[in-house]
Amino acid sequence: MYEGVVQDLIDELGRLPGVGPKSAQRIAFHLLAADPVDVRRLVHVLTEVKDKVRFCKTCGNVAEQEECRICRDPRRDRSVICVVEESKDVVAIEKTREFRGRYHVLGGAISPIEGIGPDDLRVRELMTRLADDEVTELILATDPNLEGEATATYLARLVKPMGLRVTRLASGLPVGGDLEYADEVTLGRAFEGRRLIDV
Amino acid sequence: MRVAHLSLRDFRSYTEVELPLDAGVTALIGPNGQGKTNLVEAVGYLATLGSHRVAQDAPLVRLGAERAVVRGQVVRDDRSLLLEVEITPGKANRARVNRSPVPRAREMLGILRSVLFAPEDLALVKGDPAERRRFLDDLLVLRTPRYAGVRADYDRVLKQRNALLRSGAGVRRSRQDSVDLRTLEVWDSHLSTAGAELLAGRIDLVEGLRPLVDKAYQAVAEASFASAGPAAIDYRSSLGEDVPLVADRDMLAAAMLNQISELRKAELERGITLVGPHRDELVLKLGPLPAKGYASHGESWSFALALKLAAYDLLRAETDAGGEPVLVLDDVFAELDGHRRERLATLVAGAEQVLVTAAVPEDVPEALTGARVDVMGGEVRRIR
Ligand SMILES: Nc1ncnc2c1ncn2[C@@H]1O[C@H](COP(=O)(O)OP(=O)(O)OP(=O)(O)O)[C@@H](O)[C@H]1O
Ligand SMILES: [Mg+2]
Ligand SMILES: [Zn+2]
Repeated sequence: MYEGVVQDLIDELGRLPGVGPKSAQRIAFHLLAADPVDVRRLVHVLTEVKDKVRFCKTCGNVAEQEECRICRDPRRDRSVICVVEESKDVVAIEKTREFRGRYHVLGGAISPIEGIGPDDLRVRELMTRLADDEVTELILATDPNLEGEATATYLARLVKPMGLRVTRLASGLPVGGDLEYADEVTLGRAFEGRRLIDV
Repeated sequence: MRVAHLSLRDFRSYTEVELPLDAGVTALIGPNGQGKTNLVEAVGYLATLGSHRVAQDAPLVRLGAERAVVRGQVVRDDRSLLLEVEITPGKANRARVNRSPVPRAREMLGILRSVLFAPEDLALVKGDPAERRRFLDDLLVLRTPRYAGVRADYDRVLKQRNALLRSGAGVRRSRQDSVDLRTLEVWDSHLSTAGAELLAGRIDLVEGLRPLVDKAYQAVAEASFASAGPAAIDYRSSLGEDVPLVADRDMLAAAMLNQISELRKAELERGITLVGPHRDELVLKLGPLPAKGYASHGESWSFALALKLAAYDLLRAETDAGGEPVLVLDDVFAELDGHRRERLATLVAGAEQVLVTAAVPEDVPEALTGARVDVMGGEVRRIR
């Protein structure tokens, strides 16, 4: 244990995802030794990001205005919605340049272990968007792991009565992993080869 | 196949150790607590990515160290492969084959095959059904490494489904209930897909083992008492009596979904999954009687050895798998009476590679005379 505020800093850093107690300590001491200007810049962006960045009211992606850049873009195909778990997945798919439709960010996947059910995700918002008849295809691009698959199955069953074309990314993605870790080429191919989901 | 060289870093009691090994029998000799089992446990880890003694990885890492490294030079037919696995508790293992990292450690499975006999094997007969399920599943993975993924998927679905059932257990039906049921149906479907696959694998495996078990039992048990036996194994599934136990995945998945809906109410009340391979049992029978609760101590040992020998025979019969599996006999001879000891020793003496541990040289039967390595305070010394 360190004195007062140093320990507070270590504790706060340790709460971040993927940061264990040892890394927290290392980062804390790095910050203590760093140039005050650098630290102030970090503080500034942390504050900015919390003040400025919001979630798009339509798709749930991170946005600097009410709607994100993709939802505002008139050139995007309004007939297709691609459902992803997190905003970082939007970034990964955008890199492939395969997809010209719009997104829907769920904010996670169904996982009873973590107490996450459909009500904790942006499922209702998705249903509202689908009620609009502009949409004809729904691409389920949740992660290729168990929770992602379960979420895809859930959504496919839920929207089945709506008679949309519902597709899932083709296999070939590393099973059990996160979408964001798939390389661009593989992810691009998975998009092209998407298949109808049958539930 | 055989392990030509084993090296450990920060594994169990070893800071660093190098152990060259020959084909044939090697006896590892040393007083209690000197690190004999630790060595063969490492060989088992390369084959199964697990320990026969503990379920978690933490005890495998030397006290005070952050991670352990197990490295084995494996000779299969005429090919030599270097297997390396780095064990960091709480994190995914990292593995390399011939110095190239593999995306997941479990891709290493199947390269080295080993069958281990240990005092703990008695629990196969006397212990809970979970012991026998683990025996089947470990063997399934050794035989067909793809099942490592199936098993992991099944365990994960089961955890998720149980968490969901638990969250609703005892709760009065409310508006949210219908939503939860819809999610539950998704888990039902994933459970039955993964469960049927695991079940089909086990059914095939049991069919393969069935004839070998009695043969092995007769070979180790006291032959003059013909009354003991035949030794038989029977798979009992949670799907109910009417479901034929044939390895047809679609049929099994449908049967499982059916049984799940039958037991819906009970599952919701109790908050656990009552259907699936995690509830199944491998029944061991000696003649008309179940072995568990009826067999004598000696008969139980014979049955346990018979299961392991049958596993060994089954793996050995697969000619395309790189040769005979490595046999490991950890401290078993001290547990057995003179007769079973000699029979077992004779049965395994001709294997391609046998690693035996014993506290004193006298515990190793004569039939297994071969190389000798003394193990003392974390040092290994080739004596013969
Ligand atoms: N993670 C660990 N860190 C340090 N020491 C350990 C660790 N795990 C086990 N040990 C030590 O290793 C020793 C046990 O080694 P092992 O089980 O190989 O003994 P053995 O030679 O097989 O003995 P026996 O003849 O009694 O079976 C014990 O003294 C134990 O304290
Ligand atoms: Mg031992
Ligand atoms: Zn948007």
